[in-house]
Amino acid sequence: MSKSKSRQVFIGVCVAPALILLIVFMFMPTFEVFRMSLYSWGGFSNTQQFVGFDNFKLLWNDMTFIRSFQNSIFLIVVVAIVTFAFAVFFAAILTKENVKGGNFFRIIFYIPNILSIVVIAGIFSAVYDPSGGLLNSVLDIFSLENLQQMWLGDQKIVIYSLAAALVWQAIGYYMVMYMSSMAAIPPSFYEAASLEGASKIKQFTSITLPLVWNNIRTTLTFFIISTINLSFLLVKAMTGGGPDGSTEVFLSYMYDQAYGNSTFGYGMAIGVIVFLFSFLLASIVSRITKRDVLEY
Amino acid sequence: MKNSKKISLDGLMRVFIYVALITLAVSIIVPVAWVFLASIKQNKEFYGSPWSLPEGIHLANFVEAFQEAQMGEYLLNSVLVTAMALLILLLVALPASYALSRFEFRGNRLINSIVKAGLFINVSYIAVPIFLMLLDWDTGLKAMLGNDLLLNNRFMLALIYASTALPFTIYLLSSYFKTLPADFEEAASIDGAGYYRTMFSVMFPMAAPSIVIVILFNFLLFWNEYILALTLMPASNQTLPVGLLNLMAAERSAVNYGPMYAGMVIVMLPTLILYIMVQKRLTQGMTVGGVKG
Repeated sequence: MSKSKSRQVFIGVCVAPALILLIVFMFMPTFEVFRMSLYSWGGFSNTQQFVGFDNFKLLWNDMTFIRSFQNSIFLIVVVAIVTFAFAVFFAAILTKENVKGGNFFRIIFYIPNILSIVVIAGIFSAVYDPSGGLLNSVLDIFSLENLQQMWLGDQKIVIYSLAAALVWQAIGYYMVMYMSSMAAIPPSFYEAASLEGASKIKQFTSITLPLVWNNIRTTLTFFIISTINLSFLLVKAMTGGGPDGSTEVFLSYMYDQAYGNSTFGYGMAIGVIVFLFSFLLASIVSRITKRDVLEY
Repeated sequence: MKNSKKISLDGLMRVFIYVALITLAVSIIVPVAWVFLASIKQNKEFYGSPWSLPEGIHLANFVEAFQEAQMGEYLLNSVLVTAMALLILLLVALPASYALSRFEFRGNRLINSIVKAGLFINVSYIAVPIFLMLLDWDTGLKAMLGNDLLLNNRFMLALIYASTALPFTIYLLSSYFKTLPADFEEAASIDGAGYYRTMFSVMFPMAAPSIVIVILFNFLLFWNEYILALTLMPASNQTLPVGLLNLMAAERSAVNYGPMYAGMVIVMLPTLILYIMVQKRLTQGMTVGGVKG
């Protein structure tokens, strides 16, 4: 008895605390998001009233929500394309080309990823400041005054300004991810290709890209979730959704509704939509990017 | 002829490559360095060209940030919360990862899938329900104890940080434990060590490299986090990023920029120093886990 019993006790002692914490602080709140979305609840002491899917019906006609939805999709798509283009490009350069100071560049490019998103919000507020900001004064130096903008004040531009900040912070992270899978490709592949006269660009499109494709696919799924999250954190710290709702993303709208406006049920309905949406998007992306994986 | 054309094309390509690399590097170094310089500027220096170097080292901004904006208090809270969260995380995640990866038992696979599912839960959705839950428990406790216990509580925030970091951490540590050969456990067992002794004296020391990576990653995560801290600490004990948010709002309306930049330096300096010391390990470790919370 005692040997198997003590083994069971040991396993229980090891696993139970983690399991309890996960259930109490991760799964129960997630369940609550779904449950609360079916209630109308005005605030802390008010009574909760079951309303079924009414919150979702209201969302359908909520222009601010639709706007926040459009902004989020825009950010996910644009930031994904630009970030991946840059990250793959720089990863290929730093692994395949013999650049001087490659290690220095790798170290520098990763720095934005270790900064708090609040600090990034502060840095970009300084960069975009219309009068004493870095971006406008750089344009001044190059005599491009006509390109100067109210980067955070113009409703048409502000979403691009935020996208640039998100790209800036993400490039280094994804670059390092791709560098490791590119470094694993045997050099003999490139030697053979260049003997047959394939150009650098040809080598990139027919050797490097297909062989790291699987890695890109995995990061894409993850990227969607992280952009949804980071765009919320950045918007909250930097523009507060303004000017005039032009940078509202769905999580910031959820947070404002639930926490700021005390309409918890409504806010949580947005949470459910975001949850389902990111899941759906991740599976669509993994579907359309599916190719035969090349092995080497 | 053909050859020389090829060389010049290659040469052009190299120029383009260096221009691209240097442009990105400059776009990162300049704003970060600019924040450091701005943090020692006097307020009147903010009205000229943004490129002017500081006239001198004006440390009054830091004094103001620490004294008037209570950045010192926020700093202390951040240090305490981050340290407690890392400690709880290691205490909980290490034994769990070890048991889940090296022992066969009923429910093992179920628990492993629960951990994996946790990777997909986004902290931003659950911040509000966690707040409501703690508020609810507090109402019950208040009847007994008379004051708030769970909200504005640094230990509670640390516990929740640790919980949200568990899926990634267990995933990473388990995959490391799986690679260790079984010989060590057998040898320890022959020498008369029990399960606990084997785990603490043999297996954990062997996992040191991945423990370092776990600490690094989660340090950055906990130190930089602000949405849970903002939500769960409405009245007191706020952490540094939340303090910085307050400072940014206050200084902008007061048109007093110096202390704001000092605050930004206070938040990013510890992570920058850590990064410079361990950057190689950090970027290598990243590819082991392949995920970020």
